Amino acid sequence: MATIEQPPAMSGPDDAIRTNGRWSGYVNLLHMRMLELWREPEVIFWVFVFPLLLALGLGIAFRGKPPDVTPIAVVEGPKAQEVVNLLQRSPQHAGIQPNVMSASAALDGFRLGKYALVVTMDDSGVQFRYDPARPESVLARAQVDDALETAAGRKNPINTETKASSEPGARYIDFLIPGLLGMNLMNSGMWGIGFALVEMRQRKLLKRFVATPMRRSDFLLALVSSRLVLMIVEVALLLVFGMLVFHVRVEGALLSILLIGALGAVSFGGIGLLTASRAQKIESVSGLINVVMMPMWIFSGVFFSYERFPKIFLPAIRALPLTALNDALRAIILQGASLDSQLGRIAVLAVWGGVSFVLALRWFRWS
Amino acid sequence: MEVAIQCRGLRKTYDGKVEAVRGLDLTINMGECFGLLGPNGAGKTTTIEILEGLLEPTSGEVEVLGRTWQSHARELREWLGISLQETRLSEKLTVRETLQLFSSFYRHPSSVDAVLEELSLQEKADALVGKLSGGQKQRLAVATALVADPRILFLDEPTTGLDPQSRRQLWDIIRQFQKRNGTVLLTTHYMDEAERLCDRLAIIDHGQIIAAGTPAELIERLTGHHVVEFAISGQGADNGAAWAKLPGVQSVRADDGLFSLQVNEPHETIPALLAEVQKQRAQLVHLTTRQASLEDVFVQLTGRHLRED
Repeated sequence: MATIEQPPAMSGPDDAIRTNGRWSGYVNLLHMRMLELWREPEVIFWVFVFPLLLALGLGIAFRGKPPDVTPIAVVEGPKAQEVVNLLQRSPQHAGIQPNVMSASAALDGFRLGKYALVVTMDDSGVQFRYDPARPESVLARAQVDDALETAAGRKNPINTETKASSEPGARYIDFLIPGLLGMNLMNSGMWGIGFALVEMRQRKLLKRFVATPMRRSDFLLALVSSRLVLMIVEVALLLVFGMLVFHVRVEGALLSILLIGALGAVSFGGIGLLTASRAQKIESVSGLINVVMMPMWIFSGVFFSYERFPKIFLPAIRALPLTALNDALRAIILQGASLDSQLGRIAVLAVWGGVSFVLALRWFRWS
Repeated sequence: MEVAIQCRGLRKTYDGKVEAVRGLDLTINMGECFGLLGPNGAGKTTTIEILEGLLEPTSGEVEVLGRTWQSHARELREWLGISLQETRLSEKLTVRETLQLFSSFYRHPSSVDAVLEELSLQEKADALVGKLSGGQKQRLAVATALVADPRILFLDEPTTGLDPQSRRQLWDIIRQFQKRNGTVLLTTHYMDEAERLCDRLAIIDHGQIIAAGTPAELIERLTGHHVVEFAISGQGADNGAAWAKLPGVQSVRADDGLFSLQVNEPHETIPALLAEVQKQRAQLVHLTTRQASLEDVFVQLTGRHLRED
């Protein structure tokens, strides 16, 4: 038909013809998506600030407690001060708190459980009064005995060394940070893709987009890409925060962490896409998202190890995508595991993400 | 005349039950502004969305610019500018960013600045969409269609809910587009909009075209081009039958105490009307005459008012 060769209606004769390249739609979709997210204060809070607050709160609540201090009574007398001095010079001085008092006050305190041990020193030596039925009393006796002898110059025939296991790598916060990272990737994947899509569908924005020559694959690609950009920031923020505030040590390669993070983000993006493939209202998709995420919050070992669940559940728990993500992140961050040692977990994530994407694209409704 | 849009035997049934469109034939020529006029639920939106390639018809054929949606969807998308009913654009983007985004989807779009200027949105170019007034949002919705540099502009109820000034502004924009050889297809349930804006229109009711033509032709087809409306108080107030016998009266409608007579020659009818009122010892409380409008066409065709819900 002749009409098709007419110049388009809008351009006057002087207009240079503008031409967009193949990727201009994708680039603009991604750019605008990032702008939108950046201008949404709630997004910044929930994606970036909330996990940090959670890490801070839990990290403080479950931080390594200082070793217990045992209060003991030292009976007044000419040698009482000597006992105190010896204890203060001993290597165990931090764990023992000597209190000098009269014999009767010491006994009263001992009976009431205020003191774990009563120490009396006279010319014949040191006497301990302790209660064999009370563990802290038994412990205090051994501790004080050891402290006094060592301070007085006893040489141990065997040289022993002890290490308190409250150093970076084995504390609760070390367990927590990779778990929070995994949970955050799940949350922001599900909400950032699932919720966002249904919202756009409800506003008829999806329908408006498909009324243009926009490539549908570009649109979904841009949405997933925006998740990857956010993922890098999420991972970096939590790790740097953990390192600076709690001295968390990152043993594994940063690239491995980012690759697993990207796989997690994309995989949960796929699950989010599937969750959102048909829902028409944000209320219904919110419910769906919570139903999908709830079991993983509980079972996938975010806040405590899933090994505590009965053994019979463990294979099912390990098949959950968040479990695979958390386990892989912990192995890499805490133990410096390599990527190829995590192939099983990578496969679990890839299958969840891949199957979700395929089903989502089949069922997806643009209007 | 070259044909822009053609459809034959268009039907759309939802869920195998609801028949939204029941056998529709349309031919829209290049360069004209064509209106689909009808009450809410008449099937206007379903029809326009089928023509836009957003809905599959249950049966029937659609050709746009000589192409079908099945074989040339991508090409057609480049040539059409579409504004849907009630799209809520992203509130956190500015007007310029929104247009930039939409223009990026087209191979050969218009310049964003030119469209901003044409729709008098330059001052709001850097305002967030969420901060715009209803009229500005609606202009932006039309702008996202115009930035495509389209050959055909589809507008689904572009002025619903707008104040009179914003409506007139949009009419001007549509006329501007038409002057540059653009073809426009719009739906509306405003009679005055259809009368002023459209070169031709089709009146749709219950999924079917019940009349089509230029606004003047449609009014011409009415029996009686003038309308005399009056109300009376007093004894004879209920006696509707008396009015039909007055000279030149084609039809009578009583509507909430207001009588409308469709007449050919008001100068013959009105003196007789006054005499009849006096004869009935009633008081005339209201009397106007006017040219028949599309509203009267619709009422005559369907027995209902257009805006009845």
